Amino acid sequence: MALFEASGLHMRFGQRVVLERVDLAVEEHQFVGIIGPNGAGKTTCFNVLTGRYRPSRGTITFAGENITNLSPQAIARKGIARSFQIMNLFDEYSARDNVIQAMPEMRAMSWKVGHAVAQDRFLDEAAEEVLDGVGLAARAGVRAKDLSYGDRRALEIAVALASRPRVLFLDEPTSGLGASGRARLRELLLRLKGKLTIVMIEHDLALLFSLADRVSVIQWGQVIAKGSPDELRGDPWVQRSNLGKLQ
Amino acid sequence: MLPSPQASPRLITPAIAIVLLLLATVPFWIERIGLYPYLGVEILIWSIYALGFNLLLGYTGLPSFGHGAYFGIGAYAFGLAQFNIVPNLWVCLLIAIFAAALAGAFVSAFISHRRGIYFALMTIAFGQVFWFISIKWHSITGGEDGLLKIARLPADFGVVQFDLGSSNYALYYFVFAAFAIVLVGLWRLVNSPYGRILQAIRQNETRVTFLGYSVWWFKVSVFTLSAAISGFAGALFAMAQTSAFPDVMSLHHSGYIVMMTLVGGGLVSFWGPVIGVFAFLLTRDLIGALTTAWMFWFGLFFVLIMLFKPEGIAGLVRDLRNGFIARFCTPSPAPVRDPGS
Repeated sequence: MALFEASGLHMRFGQRVVLERVDLAVEEHQFVGIIGPNGAGKTTCFNVLTGRYRPSRGTITFAGENITNLSPQAIARKGIARSFQIMNLFDEYSARDNVIQAMPEMRAMSWKVGHAVAQDRFLDEAAEEVLDGVGLAARAGVRAKDLSYGDRRALEIAVALASRPRVLFLDEPTSGLGASGRARLRELLLRLKGKLTIVMIEHDLALLFSLADRVSVIQWGQVIAKGSPDELRGDPWVQRSNLGKLQ
Repeated sequence: MLPSPQASPRLITPAIAIVLLLLATVPFWIERIGLYPYLGVEILIWSIYALGFNLLLGYTGLPSFGHGAYFGIGAYAFGLAQFNIVPNLWVCLLIAIFAAALAGAFVSAFISHRRGIYFALMTIAFGQVFWFISIKWHSITGGEDGLLKIARLPADFGVVQFDLGSSNYALYYFVFAAFAIVLVGLWRLVNSPYGRILQAIRQNETRVTFLGYSVWWFKVSVFTLSAAISGFAGALFAMAQTSAFPDVMSLHHSGYIVMMTLVGGGLVSFWGPVIGVFAFLLTRDLIGALTTAWMFWFGLFFVLIMLFKPEGIAGLVRDLRNGFIARFCTPSPAPVRDPGS
């Protein structure tokens, strides 16, 4: 049984149908890619899956539980984390504080008003471990807004990882990154692969096809093809969908 | 930027201790410098109000432009409780706090789904509703005449009782104790996990939601808490003035607290609101002694601050301090020795 499953998802904004009969099944520890041209509905699909939008029809289940129509915070609390295409960080907080904010321990004591956070050194240590994993340990004390673009991208992922999710949704994590940033990200994703269930939207097909176990192609709000990277390379629909060269 | 919530694990910092010690001595010298004890009472009451208000504006980034309503509700509730329930200071204060908190909870439950300008406009709308009620519900609030003859009830601690009505000095020390409790309590709160989430909401509400926090509940709770503190300040104000008027609930009175908080630097400092209250009330009394147009000069000062130093007086002091440290306290690099010497 799939760990995360969406079936028959429809989404419309007014008269405009954005998603139509989208099915997605992700096994535990699988790496699933989503590709498609700009405006195909990929990010909308992520927004529906993570609770930002409620689907017009269809169901989403996680670990056998129906999570359709749950709020984003309820979905996050179940162990589903996401990163954003347009970066969403706490700019005035340091990298360390960004990560601490995402940790389940922090969430567990979020209503404590008589307790000083500064007493909890274990939070700092745990946050620095997460930052070390994405190569930001040396910049833990730097404010998010003062980090370079590549470091901010890495911090986005660190924040998502800090919540210790079972499923991680990554929305175009290489967007705006140069060659070295992509290489660093690829290394990180390779380390995570097999340990975490990952769903990733990506335009860098070479990167995605080198990492993903399965890939779904979205075009005009529909899944027009799915399969392993090898299967998709020969798919005539995919060849015609303007996605660029499949390596 | 407000200081990192990890800045201090201490309940009472050196800054808090110094400020409290200084304020404790005010009755000994305030008249010698040409001011009067009641000004000290007013400054402390408005400081409580401003600190509570800044929980919303400075820490959570929620602009409330109708906050005078909760200050006024506290004032009226204090007077009404005294007249109609029991003339006991503690009971009346608790009722005032509860009434303001209840009104704040009611309003925030409606508006906490909103943010930015929509949130701000809704706070004005509700503030105006409460103000209108205070004017029109004559049988309860006394209409435009307000509630008169509110007594300065004695502070009864069981074994000892303090008469707060005999002098402004006694009232000053009572309000000073209330200020100290609110100050220390809020300092701990903004450094707690809860305070940290409030600051995260100010920076990025969407991210907070996707990290699993229920932003709506945090907004409702902080609005309610802020309203409760405002109501507490309002009750003290009613006691100090021995009356409660609808004027304190009006839009322009709500504007005062926004001006005080911004001028003082509530967006960048815990102390900003208190600094702003001092600046506002001292301007009122000192410039007001020279001209009736003191508000014109304060308004001009406000405009200049917002244009050239939006971080307020606290931001200005911070920059001056940092500049001083950079210039005089940073060790200069050691001279490079000539290898030949």
